[in-house]
Amino acid sequence: MHLLITLRIALRALRKNKLRATLTILGVVIGIAAVTAMVSIGQSASDLVQGQFEALGTNVIVIFSSGHRRGPVQQGQGAMPKLTASDSEAIATECPAVLAASPIVGFGGQVVYGNSNWRPREMVGVGIDYLTVRNWSLRHGGFFTDRDITSAAKVCVIGRTIVAKLFQTTNPLGETIRIRNIPFRIIGILETKGANLVGEDQDNVIMMPHTTVAKRLRHTSFEAVDVILVSARANDRMSEAENEIRQLLFERHNIPPGEPADFEVKNTTEIAKVLDIITGTMTLLLSSIAGISLVVGGVGIMNIMLVSVTERTREIGVRMAVGARGGDILRQFLIESVLLAMIGGLMGFALGVGLSVGLTAIINTFMNSVKWPTVISIPAAVLAIVFSSAVGIVFGFYPAWRASKLDPIEALRYE
Amino acid sequence: MPLIELSDVWKVYDLGEVQVEALRGVSVSIERGEYVALMGPSGSGKSTLMNTLGCLDRPSRGSYLLDGEEVCDMSLAARARLRNRRIGFVFQNFNLLARTSALENVELPLLYSRGVSARQRRRRAAEMLEKVGLGDRMDHHPGQLSGGQQQRVAIARALVNAPSILMADEPTGNLDSQTSREVIQILRELNTQAAITIILVTHDQAIGRHARRTLVLRDGTIVEDTADFARALAALHAEGDGDGEAHVVPPPHLPVGQVQQPR
Ligand SMILES: Nc1ncnc2c1ncn2[C@@H]1O[C@H](COP(=O)(O)OP(=O)(O)OP(=O)(O)O)[C@@H](O)[C@H]1O
Ligand SMILES: [Mg+2]
Repeated sequence: MHLLITLRIALRALRKNKLRATLTILGVVIGIAAVTAMVSIGQSASDLVQGQFEALGTNVIVIFSSGHRRGPVQQGQGAMPKLTASDSEAIATECPAVLAASPIVGFGGQVVYGNSNWRPREMVGVGIDYLTVRNWSLRHGGFFTDRDITSAAKVCVIGRTIVAKLFQTTNPLGETIRIRNIPFRIIGILETKGANLVGEDQDNVIMMPHTTVAKRLRHTSFEAVDVILVSARANDRMSEAENEIRQLLFERHNIPPGEPADFEVKNTTEIAKVLDIITGTMTLLLSSIAGISLVVGGVGIMNIMLVSVTERTREIGVRMAVGARGGDILRQFLIESVLLAMIGGLMGFALGVGLSVGLTAIINTFMNSVKWPTVISIPAAVLAIVFSSAVGIVFGFYPAWRASKLDPIEALRYE
Repeated sequence: MPLIELSDVWKVYDLGEVQVEALRGVSVSIERGEYVALMGPSGSGKSTLMNTLGCLDRPSRGSYLLDGEEVCDMSLAARARLRNRRIGFVFQNFNLLARTSALENVELPLLYSRGVSARQRRRRAAEMLEKVGLGDRMDHHPGQLSGGQQQRVAIARALVNAPSILMADEPTGNLDSQTSREVIQILRELNTQAAITIILVTHDQAIGRHARRTLVLRDGTIVEDTADFARALAALHAEGDGDGEAHVVPPPHLPVGQVQQPR
């Protein structure tokens, strides 16, 4: 029998019992909606993580001192600094796999401009290559030079949030802000960076030469450094760079072999990998839950198809009496269940898209600093349809097979 | 060559405990264009014989040649094709598809025929409905038709694929005498004008009388095969061995008298 005719018969059979058809496909609708929403949200979560790492700077390696009781901010007050600015310089010049390195010296406090004041989230002293390491750039003005570093110049570069908080009307370039009553001239304004992974505003930042922070604000030596931030030349040269850095610092710090190091080397790809695994596992977990609901939906279809076959036993008998073969009957019922499942799949996909759009909108309003992307992929749509058709075939086969094996005489006699 | 040739056909239902012999060595041949009435007491095997003749059922033993071809050896699919092309069925309870228009009910056999376009299907079904006098009821569903009209739709369906045989198992069993006459009239015209072979089962003597040949069945065997209806009546009313029911053969290990009747 022609496929088109079979399709029409199936459609008519479904239309005769609309409510039942609707209730039957509900399971598949929910299952596919869940799969779609979960995959899409999982995808956008990992996209988001990916984006955050690219924003942090690619191939970044962090070096900080270890085995020191006191926190890094106070380190250097009295004690010999373990990591120094010359370490940073040496790493940048002597390690072939390293693209750039910058020392970081932290500091906290109020910033005053005119009669407004503000407490930046981050006030850091950095080296001239800091923006290269962070994969960041300037929007206006310039950055520190070697001369600013050696002279511990009273200059700074500010992020967009500082501009917004302190300079509503005036152009900040060339203006002077005061930190601990020391005037700093603004020489550059940073490009917008957005929020980081934990939602902190990265544009709420003031950067100064690390020597300035060390000498004028923290009153420690020029050389004092909390952290050294390094970027490798390429993603696949990360471990090479790390090894070079370790070797170099072992030499420079005169640590005999076998002794524990007084520094630690960490890289962001490790963290990224862990986060990737976490989001991947989440997606898998949620998808398998969705998959289970799909199986439940399939069982629902099977159940209704079995009922339908029983109810239509006489119809099957009549069809057989006028010449339908077992295969015709099998196809008729199989197409009916596939159609059911596919309609459910399409509805579920639409619902799932709506759900994920809604959910990302909610996430974006509550975490206004993060832009959670909405991902709706064509492969997901194809997958939803293929998946639901498969559910229809798998769970519709047994009822259809039972129908095709009916004995025409008994089917005709069935009350 | 006769159209239908049955020789020594047996139908035995194996119910485990007992074996029911619904047909016990039936041999008969029917020519093209005949009008045969099958009569006999209830349970004598009329429907079983009809289902066998109609290729819905396969005999347990014996041979059935339809147009010279052995049906007993055929596959399920081959028998389905025979039912589709050569045989039309009319049932006592009409067996129309509910909530489906008369036209679509009549189209049904053509759906299972290869190479019939949608337009041809429609045209032939409409023609058939016109023939049975239901040209103005094509879009009506069975629920909107009287019993006689429903049976006429069923006849149109049986005829739409131009079969050579029409089988009717008590086609008037659910109809009053007036509509019965109308239905029988249609069957008679089909036989005389379209030369379609008709085999019908009936309990109604008024209807049996119209047939040109009557087969009387009792206990699964043909006890009378005559063109003289008076002889058929005599055979029908003759004292049989018991109630005319099919033979129930006790399993050998059970003593007679402890035989369980088939349900
Ligand atoms: N599927 C079956 N299983 C067991 N026995 C059966 C089956 N079908 C029919 N029989 C038996 O075969 C015998 C003949 O049945 P059949 O239906 O042919 O009778 P019939 O002559 O058509 O009777 P009626 O006039 O009541 O329709 C009966 O005894 C019946 O009980
Ligand atoms: Mg009967």
